[in-house]
Amino acid sequence: MKVSYFPGCTLKTKAKELDIYARRSAEALGIEMCEIENWQCCGGVFVSAKDEIASKLSSVRALIAARDSGTPLVTVCSACHNVIKQTNAAMRTDEDFAKKVNLYMSQDKNPSEPYHGETAVYHYLELLRDTVGFDKIKEAVRNPLTGKKIAAYYGCMLLRPNKVMRFDDPENPTLMENFIRALGAEPVIYPQRNECCGGYVVLDDAELAKKKSLSVSEGAKDHGAEMIVTACPLCKYNLVKSGSEIPVIYFTELLAEALGVKEDKNAEQK
Amino acid sequence: MQNKNELVREQVLRMSGVNPRKCMRCGKCSATCPSYDEMEYHPHQFVYMVENGDIETLMNSPSVYKCLSCFACVDRCPRDVEPAKLIEALRLCVIREKDKNHMTADDIPSLIDEDMPQQALVSAMRKYSK
Repeated sequence: MKVSYFPGCTLKTKAKELDIYARRSAEALGIEMCEIENWQCCGGVFVSAKDEIASKLSSVRALIAARDSGTPLVTVCSACHNVIKQTNAAMRTDEDFAKKVNLYMSQDKNPSEPYHGETAVYHYLELLRDTVGFDKIKEAVRNPLTGKKIAAYYGCMLLRPNKVMRFDDPENPTLMENFIRALGAEPVIYPQRNECCGGYVVLDDAELAKKKSLSVSEGAKDHGAEMIVTACPLCKYNLVKSGSEIPVIYFTELLAEALGVKEDKNAEQK
Repeated sequence: MQNKNELVREQVLRMSGVNPRKCMRCGKCSATCPSYDEMEYHPHQFVYMVENGDIETLMNSPSVYKCLSCFACVDRCPRDVEPAKLIEALRLCVIREKDKNHMTADDIPSLIDEDMPQQALVSAMRKYSK
């Protein structure tokens, strides 16, 4: 299966592992990830105000590129995913917004057909669940993570607003737990798995972010987890910096490890 | 001529698409808010103060910067009021005023370390500056 891939700025710099292991695992699972040409930063957060137009154009450009190549748009970063999925929904349902955006886009050098939210947008985890299937992943696992107790941290952006994201049950999600099971490990359920880490407020009120993040990592540890997995670079940063006593890693790293593709074969040969 | 309270109130309702009159005052938004302890005015107060046109009080409160945009209040509201969208619109009305950026690019170097993801910087700029 071929998909359009939007990596996002953090995956090219501070969260390279999130990107690299996603690509290696996709290859092992038979998914071809074609990086969108000249993609632009999504802006990190979706601004819900209806009169905020220009800052959403980068997402629309990526969505148009995916539509024109006839493939769904896939993201790995939960922030990019949230912004692009919400922008796509606004293009589909808010006529006034779509009209203004398409007017902007018509000024581009080589304008494309007007866009109205036609592209399917998936998070990598949704692709694993709905397209690959956890049964198939289970079969592809070469190094089962037997006995490992792992806490999934969803945070906010994969799940909310549920009306738009439709990722999983926002109050009792199971996707990442089933993912952990497919890799042979044991998922740990704890109350803070869908609560906020503090997010961008770390820049404005670091104490608040610390308080929120600590409650997440302590909750996971108190329920017996030996590590936390996340899809979000900022969640990872906040959890680690606030002093999580257990390691925090990206879900793609866990997947690559279980699939036996964590080490780059080409790099070993050199 | 309309006073500032009325003008901004209309603008906030238009930008957010929120109808505060749907609120039945159950307080679930504030009960679930991760920033509750840090706020002078809480999500349910935002809703009824906008309804009553008490806009400038909210605009002058640091509470507008405490919302984490986690959307817990939006998803858990039984009446689909979407308080976070109201708070976002109010914050934008503040920072869009002249010289009212809450954070600028010049503030950034002293706030970051080498592990800070780019995502945090672009998000903060989008939330705290025009």
